Amino acid sequence: MTAAPHVPPRPGTDPLPAGVRPVTGDLRAARPVLSSADVSRVVDRMAHELLEKTGGGADVVLLGIPTRGITLARRLASRIAAFEGLQLPTGSLDITLYRDDLRLKSPRALEATDVPVEGVDGKRVVLVDDVLFSGRTVRAALDALADLGRPRTVQLAVLVDRGHRELPIRADYVGKNIPTSLREAVHVRLTEDDGSDGVLLGPADLSRSADLSRTADLARGTEAGA
Amino acid sequence: MRRHLLSAADLTREDATLVLDTAEELATVAARTTVGKLPTLRGRTVVNLFFEDSTRTRTSFELAAKRLSADVVNFSAKGSSVSKGETLKDTALTLEAMGSDAVVIRHSWSGAPVNLARYVKGSVVNAGDGTHEHPTQALLDAFTIRRRMGRIEGLKVTIVGDVLHSRVARSNVLLLSTLGAEVTLVAPPTLLPVGVHTWDAAVSYDLDAVLPESDVVMMLRVQRERMGPGGERTAYFPSSREYSLRYGLNVRRAAGLQDATIVMHPGPMNRGVEIAPEVADGPRSTIVEQVANGVTVRMAVLYLLLGGSEPAIGSAPEAGRG
Repeated sequence: MTAAPHVPPRPGTDPLPAGVRPVTGDLRAARPVLSSADVSRVVDRMAHELLEKTGGGADVVLLGIPTRGITLARRLASRIAAFEGLQLPTGSLDITLYRDDLRLKSPRALEATDVPVEGVDGKRVVLVDDVLFSGRTVRAALDALADLGRPRTVQLAVLVDRGHRELPIRADYVGKNIPTSLREAVHVRLTEDDGSDGVLLGPADLSRSADLSRTADLARGTEAGA
Repeated sequence: MRRHLLSAADLTREDATLVLDTAEELATVAARTTVGKLPTLRGRTVVNLFFEDSTRTRTSFELAAKRLSADVVNFSAKGSSVSKGETLKDTALTLEAMGSDAVVIRHSWSGAPVNLARYVKGSVVNAGDGTHEHPTQALLDAFTIRRRMGRIEGLKVTIVGDVLHSRVARSNVLLLSTLGAEVTLVAPPTLLPVGVHTWDAAVSYDLDAVLPESDVVMMLRVQRERMGPGGERTAYFPSSREYSLRYGLNVRRAAGLQDATIVMHPGPMNRGVEIAPEVADGPRSTIVEQVANGVTVRMAVLYLLLGGSEPAIGSAPEAGRG
């Protein structure tokens, strides 16, 4: 582990120990990828795409995955309301109880699950999250959703797709594709949660390998293809 | 590392709040799921080790574990090796050798769960030990209070009746005072334990003086089975009728309560002794809610103890393995 963290290494060449999947990092050493104005434009475009692909938003229910997914779902809903005058039901879906890495960490406090009164049966559910990474959060969300009912379709909207998928999952609406190395961390900041808007890319804090265990079983051999 | 839930005193304010918040979310999620089950504890085994009769607590723990997809083994002392003279330690080690992750124990001996926790590697949850403690009852009572009243901090909680034999009272005093409530115990002097003045609660013998100021009134069952041979004739009080007159929550007393005051009872009730049927079934009563909340709160406890690599609440394990 000799590479200096501030030198962005080329994806696929990282000699990381098996299983290291950092998601935390030093925000001060991060550089901006999307500005506040960029985030607004990206959310606007995603709102338009969503309307286009769902035939004007009929029967759509937006479900955010805590914490920033909820904020993004609300923003998408408010932009759609501004463009089309359509109020989409918006809620949140906590996936903690469905995670596949529950046993590898101390139990987490649960976040709010708040499904709109209309429910999800027969609806076009759009899951909303800030960053798409391994895909495991989305898998857990699909399980949680299946226990809530039977949506007609399920789509996925993410602000950032940083790659390194471990499951056959893709997003239907992507704000920005950001090719990353596993030595980097993506920081999504939203005014409601963090005081300002922006997406930053910085060095990952490898000492805080909170996610070390996340893929301990599966990670061996996957780094080469990342 | 914390691993067991043996006493309400094991819970810090943060721990207790985490349990209540977790229970709140679980109530929402469990009510919404079409299957009625969450996959969270799949593959974990919970043993219900009940050495004392119980309907609601055992069933409640069993349902809580099953709703989190854990496997549940129910073990009652009757008809087991215990009746052949096996010790608690050997029983526990036998169960653990079969692969249990948690033992929920009820025992007539105060201190049995603490003792058990010395021997087993998994988590131990105290489901009531003698006249000592019943921490999950206190948690479900706190949860019920918070749901009904919106808060616990600053509330005046009055616990009335057989405090001497009540593990519910002890656990509630510990937990509710941790959470910032002002607890008053009301009982005849014969039904108060020695050293009650060291508890974090005020003590009164006069129910009528305390009731009008109470936000929460918790009635305790008169535990005749713990009063020795002859039951009430062992002279803790002259007669059931006199007890009821002085310490029972009857219709007249209930009418004098503040409008928002709730009436609780951990069950099972002696209708007509500590509580009048009209009050037990009236709008102030939370008795049925308490039972429903019990399942939710026990789900939260099991999740926080067993859901991860290490527990998020509870007490540190005793050193060594016996």
